[in-house]
Amino acid sequence: MKAPYNLPVRALLAVLPILTALVCIGIGRYSMSVTESFTVLWSGITGKTYAVSPQAWSVVFNIRLPRILLAILCGSGLAVSGAAFQALFTNPLATPDTLGVASGASFGAAFGLLLGLPSIFVQISSLAFGLAAVSLSYSVSRVRGKSSIIMVVLSGLVVSSMFNAFVSLVKYVADPENQLPAITYWLMGSLASVSYRGLAIGAPLIIAGVALIFTLRWKLNILSLNEDEAKSMGVNVKVMRAGVITAATLVTGSTVAMCGQVGWVGLLIPHICRMIFGGNNRYLVPASISLGAVFMLVIDTVARAATSAEVPVSILTATIGAPFFVILLRRTGGSWL
Amino acid sequence: MIFSVKKASFSYKYDASVLKDISFSVESGQVLAVLGPNGAGKTTLLKCMMGLLSWNSGTSFIDETPISRIHYRDLWKKIAYVPQAKNSVFSYSTEEMVVMGRSAHIGAFRQPGPEDYECAGQAMEEVGITHLKDKSCSEMSGGELQMVLIARALAARPSMLVLDEPESNLDFKNQLIILETIECLARERRISCVFNTHYPAHALKTASHALILTRDGESIFGPVQEVVNEENMRRAFDVNVHINEVEIGRKSYISVLALSVADSA
Repeated sequence: MKAPYNLPVRALLAVLPILTALVCIGIGRYSMSVTESFTVLWSGITGKTYAVSPQAWSVVFNIRLPRILLAILCGSGLAVSGAAFQALFTNPLATPDTLGVASGASFGAAFGLLLGLPSIFVQISSLAFGLAAVSLSYSVSRVRGKSSIIMVVLSGLVVSSMFNAFVSLVKYVADPENQLPAITYWLMGSLASVSYRGLAIGAPLIIAGVALIFTLRWKLNILSLNEDEAKSMGVNVKVMRAGVITAATLVTGSTVAMCGQVGWVGLLIPHICRMIFGGNNRYLVPASISLGAVFMLVIDTVARAATSAEVPVSILTATIGAPFFVILLRRTGGSWL
Repeated sequence: MIFSVKKASFSYKYDASVLKDISFSVESGQVLAVLGPNGAGKTTLLKCMMGLLSWNSGTSFIDETPISRIHYRDLWKKIAYVPQAKNSVFSYSTEEMVVMGRSAHIGAFRQPGPEDYECAGQAMEEVGITHLKDKSCSEMSGGELQMVLIARALAARPSMLVLDEPESNLDFKNQLIILETIECLARERRISCVFNTHYPAHALKTASHALILTRDGESIFGPVQEVVNEENMRRAFDVNVHINEVEIGRKSYISVLALSVADSA
């Protein structure tokens, strides 16, 4: 039985990430209740900072808020890119990394760390190589001016493994005392190093990409049919595909550039949403945006607050996500597809 | 609307010409059946005539305008394509599937509105699948899915339907349902229909005109009663047939009996 996508459900999907964010912002070594967090945030909006303790203010605005914002952007962005690629490639196993953007971005970041660049340039280098990797996949896949979906996916695979090899090369030559640990830790993914400056570069790209996919959400249904069928519905398949790929690439590239490789979200969340709301991308896309943000908020809160040391995010997404997915799979037998 | 193809040829790369010098035309309310042996290029012909593949020479026209000069959105408001029924990876409900047919009428960044769902509802009613509205397409029989695809094509409110082997994989009853739907759309809605088929009897039953393709790229076009005859069947399929009219009640039916494989001398 599929859940209806009516007004109360839509309202719930809109409110859920905000509530989760309010709860999560109060969790940590300096803990606050939901009302306290809200008061602090409200004082920031109204400018009446004298009403709250400077310590609480500093914890919320300097430490936790940027991470919360990043978690929302990164979770919803990866989930929506995954959903878009699954429709575009007519393949339920597609992930945001199918065209090699994450591998490219990882190499860009590793290379930046090897050169000892400041963090903002590491982010830019990572984003640039992520975009380069996808452009490379796309141009490799064009044979005599045409590119079929299977060629795009295959060249994505090739480009991906090439950049993974480059990452290994960078690790091999990196100084094992401090560079290698930094690169390894970065590759495992963490939202800890976020700054408002980094967000200022990444956030607009993620928001633009998500917005584009959101407006094209119904057309994704048509793109998931075979090419001739989609064309015969009066859709400019070539332009539409390029648009979706660009949007998803900007989102994933910016995400990886800010918080490293965060696996699983792009596969797990769209499938959970498909189970709840069915395969229609018109509903699947907004649901993925909402639940992706919630999932990432929870994961990142566990990452920073569960133990005294920070746990890498991709370890958590896999150890929490994989068993959860297996349980769902075994319960339903994959019948949601 | 008159759809016509004039002196068109097509071949795949490194291959002898598949379709040579094809000419035919279909007017509103006419049904054209495309007949030919496996490999003669029936599906290729359909794709070429709609512009999904481009002719090497020659052109398709709608009312004397070459289709390459018509904007793709306007073109696909006039022509609707019904592909061979295959289950897709993701399951959409019948209604979701049928409303996709409205796409040519809906801007790129817009979602289907109430009037689009109304059109989809009408299309489902026309082919009699309203009861399947919420059924998932991945749980359907071949016959049901074919009807859904026809409804999806009708949702675009086209002037012409192009159907790729609509009845080939179906049982007796479903074949009749599909053929009668085509007849009814042509007669009552004045939609021109082009369909390719493996069964000469279906062409004789449903179509007003026939285009017969032979394996060496020749084509024969004309009114169905004239061109679907014993000689042309032998020429196209290398099969000796006997065409017979049977009167049952007050109606006459045509049967095509395959006798033997002809020696292709």
